[in-house]
Amino acid sequence: MTLDLSRFHQTFFDESFEGLDTMEAALLQLDPAAVDAETINTIFRAAHSIKGGSGTFGFTAVASFTHLLETLLDQMRSGKRVITAGNVDLLLKSSDAVRELLHAAKEARQANVELIAHHQQALEAALATDGSAAAVAEAEPTPEVADGWRIRFLPQPSLFRSGNEPMRILRELASLGPLSAEPVLDASLTLVDSLPEDAHLGWQLTLAAPVNEAVVREVFSWVEDECTLVIESIKAVAEAPPGKPQLTVIEGGKGRALPDDRRSSDRRSGERRGDAAAPANGVAAAGGGGSIRVPTEKIDLLINLVGELVITQAMLAQQAGVLDPTLCEKLLAGLGQLDRNTRQLQESVMSIRMLPMDFVFSRFPRLVHDLAAKLGKQIRLDTIGADTELDKSVIEKIADPLTHLVRNSLDHGIESAEERIAAGKPAEGSITLKAGHRGGNIVIEIIDDGRGLNRERILAKARSNGLDVSDSMSDSDVNQLIFAPGFSTAEVVTDVSGRGVGMDVVKKNIHALNGQVDLASKPGKGTHITIRLPLTLAILDGMSIAVGNEVFIVPLASVVESLQARREDVHTVGGAGRVVRVRNEMVPLMALHDLVQLPVTSAPEHNLFILIESEGRKLALAVDELLGQQQVVVKSLESNYRRVPYMSGATILGDGRVALILDAAELVRRTAPALAA
Amino acid sequence: MSAHILAVDDSASMRQMVAFTLKAAGYEVTEAEDGAVALGLAKQGKYKLVLADVNMPNMDGLTLVKNLRMLPDYRFTPLLMLTTESTPEKKAEGKAAGATGWLVKPFNPEQLIATIQKVIG
Repeated sequence: MTLDLSRFHQTFFDESFEGLDTMEAALLQLDPAAVDAETINTIFRAAHSIKGGSGTFGFTAVASFTHLLETLLDQMRSGKRVITAGNVDLLLKSSDAVRELLHAAKEARQANVELIAHHQQALEAALATDGSAAAVAEAEPTPEVADGWRIRFLPQPSLFRSGNEPMRILRELASLGPLSAEPVLDASLTLVDSLPEDAHLGWQLTLAAPVNEAVVREVFSWVEDECTLVIESIKAVAEAPPGKPQLTVIEGGKGRALPDDRRSSDRRSGERRGDAAAPANGVAAAGGGGSIRVPTEKIDLLINLVGELVITQAMLAQQAGVLDPTLCEKLLAGLGQLDRNTRQLQESVMSIRMLPMDFVFSRFPRLVHDLAAKLGKQIRLDTIGADTELDKSVIEKIADPLTHLVRNSLDHGIESAEERIAAGKPAEGSITLKAGHRGGNIVIEIIDDGRGLNRERILAKARSNGLDVSDSMSDSDVNQLIFAPGFSTAEVVTDVSGRGVGMDVVKKNIHALNGQVDLASKPGKGTHITIRLPLTLAILDGMSIAVGNEVFIVPLASVVESLQARREDVHTVGGAGRVVRVRNEMVPLMALHDLVQLPVTSAPEHNLFILIESEGRKLALAVDELLGQQQVVVKSLESNYRRVPYMSGATILGDGRVALILDAAELVRRTAPALAA
Repeated sequence: MSAHILAVDDSASMRQMVAFTLKAAGYEVTEAEDGAVALGLAKQGKYKLVLADVNMPNMDGLTLVKNLRMLPDYRFTPLLMLTTESTPEKKAEGKAAGATGWLVKPFNPEQLIATIQKVIG
């Protein structure tokens, strides 16, 4: 029977990547000075499972590499090898190599051969440092072939109690060739000391099959320490090596005493479920464990459908507004019920996609560990609120900006130990990652106790970049300058943070998530960066506005205020550009009518504006009417229609009309001159 | 009635592969993700054979086998270990715990079925 095992590959990859994450987290926790047996066991188990699975599913490159890793871990686990910081580092790098191999296997591509070979050599070198412990291939005995075999098989009384059955062994031997069996009774046995559960019968067997001795021996492999076994060749072949005994005797022994570590694991097994690696396993378990694995597309489809349902419900609610409450009492009560149920349904469906921030935070201990070592700094990383949940799509997109910010803190923020001591600070720098709910938003903070931003250097750099700055600018305005494109005050571009990605990209990415980033810094005390994100990308808090007969949605996150300006506050500058004075600040003005080419319906003196802000620039949008604030279900224009300039998406309103969602960032970028302050 | 087998492995892919293979061969299979879960299941019903991984969280395979052997229902039941180690020490450990035999990973579905058929027909 041939079975296709590829259907299990996805599960294997999923659990292997989770295993690697667990392994990495445990390795970082590992304190060489006080090694915790359970931590080592957790790491070992992860490597062990990956090895077992990759072998079974035919990923031999993964299996052979993981085998080396496992051997090293096994030596550490059994105390044959001392755990040093160097070993931990080697294991971390090896786990990277396993990750690369798994990715390669998953994507059916060639793995990064150099990287793998490099780590394999390092592992092999480490294993070779202690010859006695390293796996030394045993000399394979020359296979001995004979015309047949005489076998004396005398089971120990305990044989049945290991679940073995002599008849199975006889049947298996008979499958190799003609077998004759003569029972051998233990002559010393009396009825008094014979127990019905003991094996008292032995056999003298003759197997007329020209097979290798190893094949015969294999049949007895499960019971060889529970019996007396004598295997004798009937007619050895002439070229059998001289001096090699033709008779092999294995004396059965009692089960060996268990080594100490096994006993300690017995004790642990009595412990309650749910410690150490158990949570990770709970998530990973498919079936049986109270959780299931579902492809993301299925959830996305579900969310989409619920979105449609919410829109339908909103339409019904709006239509019902005109009904007579006394005549349609029951219908209206039903609609109210529908409204509540829909909301609950939406919330529970959204929660399926929620992932804990730990999903992103968990990558930082490793990053900080590696970079701190590289930069020769001492840095402690604390994470707070790692269990705060955030939509999967947001989590995936916030990972890169966060990484960049943490790198920046490590590289530019935290000083060297000497510098810190000279400044009267503890030698160990501190970076704190914090996540939590605030209002309907998620707030992520990156706090370091480094040198803070250097006002003078930022101003100098801004001037050399040709930006319009003055010494009288407020600190917060100066700090905002680092988000300008092409801005870096680092004198030396290191390979840590100087990767050509500036803070402007970070800010852009966060804005693309309808989020905001703020920065506060005190020289010598540190920097505090705050990122505010919506809980999900599928639903948006918006301000609905009217232009002509059309309704548009402005993301609430980019709305600063709405105002009614006096006519004399509106000025025309240059050619056709107009600005409006808002509390002594001149803000570029754009009429939404012009942008979307709709006729103006309100009186020109109406002068209703809504002030939006993105990337530190403001823009006043002239609109006809403010309709109010509402949550909308975001629909992609690209996937449903096509890309529309200045619009980030669309939504369906309660009355069934489509409303476009304005892209504040693009509006500001395209229409406002640089740094219109 | 087909024989009922308890398959124990913390790795979901391995467990699914074992269960799928055995079901295809006509056996009834129940899955457990660690020794503790398996022990609970074994106490509730009688399985004709138990296949257990060695390295598992909460309760490893050797402890599971030891505990099973103490139950009256499982004194003579075939208990097979799924192991990646084939060293004599590891095998001795398994035997001392009360295991019937072992199947060395990696194995393919054909080997798995052949072994099971050898033991319980």
